[in-house]
Parts: sequence; C-alpha cells; structure tokens
Amino acid sequence: MYHFPAWRYWLVAIVLVLGVFLALPNVFGLDPALQVARPDRTAMDATGEQRIVGILKAQNLGYKDSHLEDGHVLLRFLSEEQQSKARAALTADTKDEFSVALADASAAPRWMLAVGLKPMNFGLDLRGGVRFVYEVDVQGALRQATDRLERSVRTALRDKRIPYAAVATEPTRVKVTLRSGEQLDAALEALKKSEDGVTATSESSDAGPVIVVQFTPDAVKQRQEGALEQNVITLRNRVNELGVSEPIIQRQGRDRILVELPGVKDPNQAVRVLGATTTLEWHMVDEANDPIEAERNKRAPLGSKLSKMRGTNSPILVKRELIVTGSQMTNAFSGQSNNNGLPAVNVTLNGAGGSAMLKNTQANVGKRMAVLSIDKTRIQPDEQCKGVRTDNWCTQEQVISAATIQGVFGDRFIITGLGLNEASELALLLRAGSLETPIALVASGVIEASAGKDNIQKGVNALVLGMALTFLFMGVYYRGFGMVANLVLLSNIVLLAALLSLFKAVLTLPGIAGLVLTVGMAVDANILIYERIREELRLGNSPQASINAGFEKAFSAIADSNVTTLIAGVVLFAIGSGSIRGFAVVLTLGIMTSLFTALIGSRTLIHLIWGRRRKIERLPI
Amino acid sequence: MEFFHKVSAFPFMHTRRVWYAVSGTAIVASILLVIFRGLNLGIDFTGGIETEIRFSQPTPSEKVRAALSAAGMNEIQLQMAGGERSANVRLKSAKDAAGEAKLSQQMLTALQTVDPKVELRSPTEQGPQVGKDLRDDGILAMLMTLLLILIYIAFRFEKKMGAGAIFAALHDPIIIFGFFSATQITFDLSALVAVLTVIGYSLNDTVVVFDRVRDNFLSMRNAKPADVIDSAVNQTLSRTVITSGATLLVVVVLLILGGSTLQSFSAALTVGIIVGTYSSIYVAGAAALDLGLTARDLMPVQKNDPELDALP
Repeated sequence: MYHFPAWRYWLVAIVLVLGVFLALPNVFGLDPALQVARPDRTAMDATGEQRIVGILKAQNLGYKDSHLEDGHVLLRFLSEEQQSKARAALTADTKDEFSVALADASAAPRWMLAVGLKPMNFGLDLRGGVRFVYEVDVQGALRQATDRLERSVRTALRDKRIPYAAVATEPTRVKVTLRSGEQLDAALEALKKSEDGVTATSESSDAGPVIVVQFTPDAVKQRQEGALEQNVITLRNRVNELGVSEPIIQRQGRDRILVELPGVKDPNQAVRVLGATTTLEWHMVDEANDPIEAERNKRAPLGSKLSKMRGTNSPILVKRELIVTGSQMTNAFSGQSNNNGLPAVNVTLNGAGGSAMLKNTQANVGKRMAVLSIDKTRIQPDEQCKGVRTDNWCTQEQVISAATIQGVFGDRFIITGLGLNEASELALLLRAGSLETPIALVASGVIEASAGKDNIQKGVNALVLGMALTFLFMGVYYRGFGMVANLVLLSNIVLLAALLSLFKAVLTLPGIAGLVLTVGMAVDANILIYERIREELRLGNSPQASINAGFEKAFSAIADSNVTTLIAGVVLFAIGSGSIRGFAVVLTLGIMTSLFTALIGSRTLIHLIWGRRRKIERLPI
Repeated sequence: MEFFHKVSAFPFMHTRRVWYAVSGTAIVASILLVIFRGLNLGIDFTGGIETEIRFSQPTPSEKVRAALSAAGMNEIQLQMAGGERSANVRLKSAKDAAGEAKLSQQMLTALQTVDPKVELRSPTEQGPQVGKDLRDDGILAMLMTLLLILIYIAFRFEKKMGAGAIFAALHDPIIIFGFFSATQITFDLSALVAVLTVIGYSLNDTVVVFDRVRDNFLSMRNAKPADVIDSAVNQTLSRTVITSGATLLVVVVLLILGGSTLQSFSAALTVGIIVGTYSSIYVAGAAALDLGLTARDLMPVQKNDPELDALP
C-alpha cells in the first residue's frame, strides 16, 4: 500500500463529469433550420417570433421548435422538406420584412443550448458552405485619395490667396502650376500642410513654377492598407447581418479578402448582402429640368445626369457635383424622428463630410437632395450589363432616396418621409454602402464539403475502425490494464471534445490529423507506463511497488515528450494560419487532456481497482 | 501477451556507421530527387484553372468525379453548387493556351457521358491556396519550433542530445519529401500537415529514448557511452515498437479505407512513422554519441540542481 490522496478521486470525478457535460451537445448532430432576422439588425422580439410561428401554424406547416437567439428567430425542423416548405411560406408572407436564411442548428435539447452548451463547429472543408473571394481595388483607393488631395490643394491655395494657373491630377500626384514665382515658398509651406503625409517639392518648367504634391511612400501604404482594412470591417458587418456562426473574414495577400461562411446553404442572400459592392454619393437633385423629357431624349442637360429611383424606376435628374461620399459617413441607423415620431434614418458624417454638407445645406434649403448608390460588379465578357460597361466592370447607378432639405445641418441629420420598412432598409443600404473602395467579387460559390461527403464518411469509418483495432490490441496485449487504458483513452477523447466545444474551436481536416497524433501520444503514454510496470515486475518487485515505480519512472519520459510536442503546437498556433492553426489547436488541447488522463486519470483508476487490495499475487498486465 | 519478454541486447551503436550510410544515402537521394524530379505539388500550392460546369439536371458529385477520373483527371478539386446543378472543378493549369483548350475539350467530352447537355463556363485562373506568405509563415514556424525544442532539450537533457533530436527531426521530413518525389503522389496541404505530425511523433519517440539514456548514464556510471545508449535503446525497444505498431495500425487502415482525400495524408504518415521509428532508434542516439556525449555531460546538472527533475 502506498499513500494515495483522496482529492485525486474527486479531481478525476469532477473533471470527467464536467467533460461529459460539455461534450454532450456533440452527440445530437444537426437539424435543418431557418434563421429569421430583421434585415437592419434590430433585434427580433417575442412578437416577431409569434408572428413567424403564426404563419407556420396557419398553413399547418410542421416544425420542431423555435426560439430567440442573438436577436434572430431560430426555427428547427425535423426534415429538410419541412424546412424548405416553411422557407417558401415565410418568404412569400413576410416579403422583405424579414430575411430568411437556410442554416443548420444543433439538434441538442433546448435547455442544453440555453445554458450555453454548444457542440463544436466543423470547418468549411468538413461541412461545406459558401466561399467568396473579393479583390479590393487598392489602386482605385489611391486614385480616390489623390482626387481628395486635389480638392485639399485647391482649398489650401484659395485660403492663402495664392493665385495658380492650373491644378492637375496625375495618377498618384497633384501638379500645381503657379502664376508667379514670388509666392513659391508660401505655396510650398501651405501645400505641405494641405493634408497629412504629403510632400511638396518645387520643379521648374516652361509654364512657370510648378509644385508637385504627393503622398509619402508610408502614406501610400497606409492608405492602401486602410482601404483593405475598411473593406474587411465592412464585410464583417455585412456577415453579421447574415447571422452566420463561425464566419471567416480574412485578408489574403495584398489586395484580396476571403469570406467563408460554413454551413450556409443558400448563397443568394449572402450574395445579396455581401455582393453589393456599393458606394454612395450625395448629390443635389436637378429640379430645373424635366427628367421625363430627358429620358425621352435619352440626353441629360449639361451638368446633370439621368438616373432612376430605386423601386419605382421613375427617371430623376441629379447634378453631377458631388457633395459627400459614403466613405465620409460614419454611421446610419433607423429610428424615429424627434418631431413627430415618424420613421427616420439617422445619418452621421465625419468632419470633412459635415462641413461639406453644412456648406451645401446653407445654400439649398427647400431643395431636394438625392442619395445615389453605385453598384460595381465584375462581369464575364459574355454577361449582360444593365448599366454602364467598362472593361470587365459593370456600373449600375440608382437613387435610393431623394428628400427635401428642411434646414441647415452639418455632420448629423435625419432622413424622413419613409415607411418603417423603408427606413430600416435605407439604413441598411447606407451602412452597407459606406465602402471606402470598390471591391469586386472574383470568386464565389456554394461549396460542398471540399473533402466530399462520401470521402468524409470513409475517413470517419476508417478512423473508427483504426481506433477499435487499437482498443482491441491494448485489451489483448495488456489485459486488465489494457482495458483501463482504453477507458482512459475514451475519456481523453471526451475531454478533448469538451474543450473544443468550450473554446468554440472549429474542427477541420487538419484538426483531425491533430486528433490522430494526440490519440497516438495518449496510447503511447499508457504503453510507457505499462512497459515500465512490467520491467519492475520482471525485476521481482511486488505488484504494488511495481505499479508505483512504473508511474514514477515513466513520468519524466511522458512529461518531456509531451512538453516537446506542446512547444511545437504552441509555435504553430502562434505563427501558422488557417489549416496549420486548426491542427495546432487540437494538438495543444489534446496534449493537455492526454497528460491529465494518462498521468492522473489512469493512475487513479488503477489504484481504485488494484491499489487498495492488501495482497495481490499477479497483476493482469 | 508479451512480445518482448526479455530485454533485447542489439548492438545498435556498434553498427551505427552502417545506419549513417543508410540514412545519409536516403537523405542525399531525397534531396536530389526533390531538386531534380521535384514534388508533384497539389492545387493547394500551385493554383490552377477553375471551370464552372452547368448541368441540365442534378448530378451527384460521385458521378462527376468518376467521369473525370475515367478521362485521366484524377487530380481535381471538385465542389458542387446550386443543388448539384452546377459544379466548380479546379485543375492544375496546362503549360500553354493550346494545352488549356485541349484540357477543356477533354473535360467536356468526359462530362458529356454523364449529362449530354452539360455546359462549361469559361475557365478562370485561380491563385494558390497556400500563398507565399503562408509558406514563409510555415518555414518560420518550423525553424522557431526546432530552435525552441533544441533549447528545451538542452535545458532538460543536454545540448548534444538536443542537436541529436533536431537531427532526427529533420531526417524524417526530408525522407518523406523524397518519398513523395519518388512516387509522385500529390503533395497537398494535408500532406504538409502530415509532415508536421511526423515531426511530432519522431520527437516524441526520440525524447522517450533520451529519457532512458539520461537515467542510464546515472545508473551505469562506469559503462562506455555507447553501451549506455545501447542499453537505453534496447530497454525502450518494446515500447517503441508497440507504440509505433499501434499508431501504424490506425494510419494503415486510414490509407486503405480512408478514401481519396486522406490518401496523401495517410501515405505521408505511414512513411513518416516507419522512418521516425527508425530514426529514433538508430539516428538520434548515434548522433548524440558522435557529437561526444559522455556521462560527464549529464552528471553535474543532475547532481547540482535536483530541482530540475521536479519540473514537468
């Protein structure tokens, strides 16, 4: 007999119970489900839920249950047939009031999900989903920045009353030709301060003194990075509108963004919300001319352009002069007007946008201002373009709102005269449109699990068979102790599943590779201990002493080999990305669970079975 | 049941020149193979041509795969879309435009056996999934890992043993790369993950042997270093063989029954486990021995600082 503290029993029991509890939701699998949300991200409430459930009940459509989750209603179904019927009914009955998305949801009982127990997630490679690759027009971002710089340059010169002959924009720089050389120094000084991160250098030319204003290399890089970052954020916001769990929005290289939405089966809505590569512009409405006549003549008057109203498709003329762009808008949300409580959209602009708006509204109270949305899509050579075509790009413009300016305002204003749905939709459109730079969808598609359903099934079967053979071998080779090892291995897998569920890790194919390695190492730990026990027995030691010595002596080998592998796991996690990271997460967590189960769990179990007897003749090992 | 009832006494260190020759030849051959024959890199690494296929009726992915495979297009990434009415097929790019047109034509002919009204959309060039930055990350991660492990083993054991372990850990992936080059099995992302897994296994094996070496240097004070290492390798031999055998069992089942996606992964693991077991028996200890490992290297640390042993 050797001393064996009682707390070990408690520790093992508590960890096991917790592990089983946390891993439990994984047993249930997935139900087909629908996510019903408001398109403007305002939370659904019990009334909304009742309404949706009411529609299903009225048409006698079956469903498993419904509940509110993260501001949307989640409906679970018993079959995919139920799911598709319900989807058709809901989209027909609620029109655009709700967005209905196909989804999978855990089939675990409600109470389990309610207390926060969730199954682990499977990655795109195992589960399928939607993948989009966007290309950000970083050169375009630089062009836009240069255009803005040109405006700042003009303003700076006007403010200092420096006369100039010409201001010309070249792709990445602005060239200023002054009237005379007298004010060259003053001009240089003023232009350097015209914007952050610009340099101004003088050159001489035949036409007179020339100053070249351009961004420093750092500023160029910063702007391109900024454009990419801004787009990642915008895409992330849009993905949140979809309410997809475990989305991946990732920069890829210098100018690409990868969006992966595991489990999404219906790309249409995703394409609608994500694929809208929209930019916004505020223009004044040209009220002096008749839009209907312009449409008939197919010619817009000078200084105006012909556009169409969203929804009604009626023609409208807007002035070409740009007031504010979507990149100057910081927020837009639907709410109520303070005056009369009618639906309204609150818009906030940044400083530059605010002062431009102030200047414009001072001059134009009582006139109408339009919000123009510009959709840019990349198209194939053989595809139709309803708007204007330039190379592989199709640009479509439409006016999403035209409202009368009621008073002078700057960076905060509201748009009224809308219905409730219109307000929330406009807010969504405005927010979604605040893109810094046009992005183009370069690849998209609903994808089946890339490993393929049949292949995944084969792989899982092979893994299960391999494990069964290992268990059989352990049982035959180490008899009673082998059975203990098998129990310990099983609990190791349960604990690993528990940790993966707890940390909401995403299991991918490389993750399964990590699992194989971990199980291998857990088996190894047991083999190390048992071989050491056998060695001690061969030396003629008593069974109890052999067990004790076996665990003690195997400890350093197990600890050192696991720590070595743990180092590899942690480094891979810290540096690696994507699939390498998925491998590292499972490996790291798996080493922790296998250390616990092999060193503490298995010893406790062995002590429980053989350690407490006073006299044992032979050990079943 | 017991395979190793008596502790074996194979003179591993005595014959180490033979094993050096074997390993050396394998490494040199592998490096030459990779340089001159190259790896058959998967689409993950090379990028390729993506073609959209439109079917006139829902067509299951197995049929599409089978039809393309019958036409000799085994190395594809297939993703079904739109309720099996369309699919995206990724193929490695052909060398020139004429080759590409020929590939498209072959694909069309193959797919027409499944659906006579099938349509192919114009193919688009796709970049590699494992871009340059990811590859650089991977190499950096590998170097960092090896360095940290070297430090850890130097700290827990001894620096010559650390070098031996790193040598064994590098030995295995090089031979796996050689194997992939020789067989021209597609080397894809999952094969890369398998290589990482093998490094993990190999280190694990090596550390277990080294743990015994450390013990034996303390208990066999007057023995020659070669004998000490030999006894350690022999004492852990039963464990090494049984663990490797058990793991190999799982991996071979995966190789035979696991389906095409896991093929390169399980092939890399199978070779890796065999080579890894070999390297931890024959290479790691021998390398440490020839770097001049003696009892003195392990003694003082162990004696002066007993606290170290208490560390995990």
